[in-house]
Amino acid sequence: MCLAIPVKVIKIKGNLAEVDMAGVKRDADVRFLENVKPGDYVLLHAGFAIEKIDEQQAKETLKILKDVYYDQD
Amino acid sequence: MEEKILLAHGSGGKLSHRLLNELIYPNFSNPILDKAEDAAVFKLKGKLAFTTDSFVVKPIFFPGADIGKLSICGTVNDLAVMGAKPLYLTASCIVEEGFETAVLQKLVKSMAKTAKASGVKIVGGDFKVVEKGACDNIFINTSGIGLIPNDIDISAGNARVGDVIIINGFIGEHGAAVMSGRQDYKLKTSIKSDCACLNGLIENILRASGNIHVMRDPTRGGVATTLNEIAIQSNSEIQIEEDSLPITEEVKGFCEILGIDPLYMANEGKVLVFAKNKDAKKILSCIKKHKLGKNSKVIGRVTAKNNPIVLLNTSIGSSRIIDMLSGEQLPRIC
Amino acid sequence: MKYIDEFRDKTIVKDLATRIKKYSDRQFNLMEVCGTHTMAIFRSGIKQILPENINLISGPGCPVCVSSQADIDSMLELSKKKNVIVTTFGDMLKVPGTKSSLEKERANGCDIRIVYSPMDCLEIAEKNRGRETVFLAVGFETTSPAVASIVSDAKEKNIKNFSIYCCHKLIPPAMEALLAKKEIRIDGFICPGHVSAITGSKAYESIGRDFKIPCVISGFEPTDILETILMLLKQIKEKKAEVEIQYSRAVRPEGNPLAQKMLNAVFTESDAKWRGLGTIPKSGLKLNDLYSAMEAKSRFSLKNIPSREPKNCMCAEVLRGLKKPLDCKLFSKVCTPENPFGPCMVSSEGTCAAWYKYNR
Repeated sequence: MCLAIPVKVIKIKGNLAEVDMAGVKRDADVRFLENVKPGDYVLLHAGFAIEKIDEQQAKETLKILKDVYYDQD
Repeated sequence: MEEKILLAHGSGGKLSHRLLNELIYPNFSNPILDKAEDAAVFKLKGKLAFTTDSFVVKPIFFPGADIGKLSICGTVNDLAVMGAKPLYLTASCIVEEGFETAVLQKLVKSMAKTAKASGVKIVGGDFKVVEKGACDNIFINTSGIGLIPNDIDISAGNARVGDVIIINGFIGEHGAAVMSGRQDYKLKTSIKSDCACLNGLIENILRASGNIHVMRDPTRGGVATTLNEIAIQSNSEIQIEEDSLPITEEVKGFCEILGIDPLYMANEGKVLVFAKNKDAKKILSCIKKHKLGKNSKVIGRVTAKNNPIVLLNTSIGSSRIIDMLSGEQLPRIC
Repeated sequence: MKYIDEFRDKTIVKDLATRIKKYSDRQFNLMEVCGTHTMAIFRSGIKQILPENINLISGPGCPVCVSSQADIDSMLELSKKKNVIVTTFGDMLKVPGTKSSLEKERANGCDIRIVYSPMDCLEIAEKNRGRETVFLAVGFETTSPAVASIVSDAKEKNIKNFSIYCCHKLIPPAMEALLAKKEIRIDGFICPGHVSAITGSKAYESIGRDFKIPCVISGFEPTDILETILMLLKQIKEKKAEVEIQYSRAVRPEGNPLAQKMLNAVFTESDAKWRGLGTIPKSGLKLNDLYSAMEAKSRFSLKNIPSREPKNCMCAEVLRGLKKPLDCKLFSKVCTPENPFGPCMVSSEGTCAAWYKYNR
């Protein structure tokens, strides 16, 4: 049961956040995250935001993937 | 008229006649229907196409259309994809006791408007009322008859190796619109059903090319199921390019959240066209000129005979089977 | 779609596949233990672009599939009770019990409702005060915090007509149990990204420490899975057995402390029965004393019906990675998604379902 999708936080309404995925909106329970703000991306699973996407880490992962840095054995 | 539909409205007596005279006949009026006989009488010569469909969609009003419009488009399209000119429809309604008359009026007007725009006449029908709870609001059945020109031979069994497969626009919109309309999953979207009569577009396609082999509208079960049906009937291998599938970002997002595949989502204003490869360019150009074809694309080809299977060439360069829809489309959490 | 499309880039995929091909000197057995990974692998067709010496094995990663037949049968008994509304994720609907399924019971008139979020169950309970609403709590660590939340909320809001049938399980103990069986050689684990977003990487430390097998926590897009494979191959070659995080954009080493806090406030570890693996100590969750009144198993008297797994069904072996679906006599001949014999064929993340749908 691992299906979780990165969605964008549009609005915070207490313990809920309105989140958006390509124009599709839903309310998500954000009680498991601290300092969520509009513009953040979170993982949506079963109506709950289970983690915030770390933008910096995402960029680094992509950089590594594009930059062929692994040892060429 | 009464505010709510009563059992008496379906019993054939005075209230039934009042409903027909005040609501049905004025909206559907045409010389055949206005005769008010027990059957519609008309003369037709040639090869006929005849089809029927029942509509039980829930909710009955959903973004982009309603069950009334859908009931006309569905049957018109089933005739049109056989190469027939849709001529006459019947419309039978089963309505739940207590259904609001104002809502029924809205649906009847929607049916009338759709029929008029597509050039078909509603020449007969039926109206029954069942006790509260015996049906869900309203069920509609439409049957339709059309004339197929003698030189047209369209069949799901006609696909040939080398045929291109074209679709006239974005997939999955109807399925997503209805699902979001039901609000079971509390998703807010601006996705609208693509519900539309395709006979005008299809007339243009048939004028543009004499090499149309198969046409089908990918309704329930989506593009995946319809392609499988054609693959089986034509005993052919079909290959689809994942990168070529026209899907809006919003439908993609909707499907990602629920873990469902847009290839299995219903469409009500789409036609899959299998045609000889050499006509691909002119068919595409013709479709794109029509308002229902602005986003049409070649999505695949018929690649072999005697191997009835549908394959998807994925974005990452691999290939996998696309099966027919099995069971309901259920949202995944897993 | 942001954070999805970039990780499906075909140039990166091709490049990763090329780098993986350089590890050509031996067979590598890598196991994924997450049904979402199984589905992602099949949907994207990754196996086709991997060289033959990389063997991806599906493990017990589908929480529906690993639910015991006894649990499935109990849930069905529950659904038949008058006055009970059963709420469930869609995945459970067609799972065959010994005699029936939720889908069949729904056709028989039982009130069985599919929900996308466990939150919706509380709404149903509040709207139906005269009836009992039960949620079938099936899922791994990704889902159990959400269920803990609704249990906690129900108590706070004094929603007395709500309970859960708790069937939650924990992945790492199952991985250890699998390894302890020594039935197949596993060289590395592709670890579940979203389970790990909750637990953090420490959950897998014992695998490296006690079994000397490397673990890499993976995302779900094709580039994530391929990068994970590359990281595992590198570790195996270097004879390392560490826990690494490939899915760093979503997984922190410490996991999600708030989610863990909620879990600990509501649940406690317990032994659990797994299809294919038997009873594994401390591999499941049960409601702790504060919330135990909300356990459906205690609230309702459920008949002990003799549960039987279907004859010749190989779900148990498939779940352990011992057999592939094609090895099962029933696969696709009699056992199909329309007529499933075991849960692996019908669950949206079941291995047999994936093979049938994408790989027949």
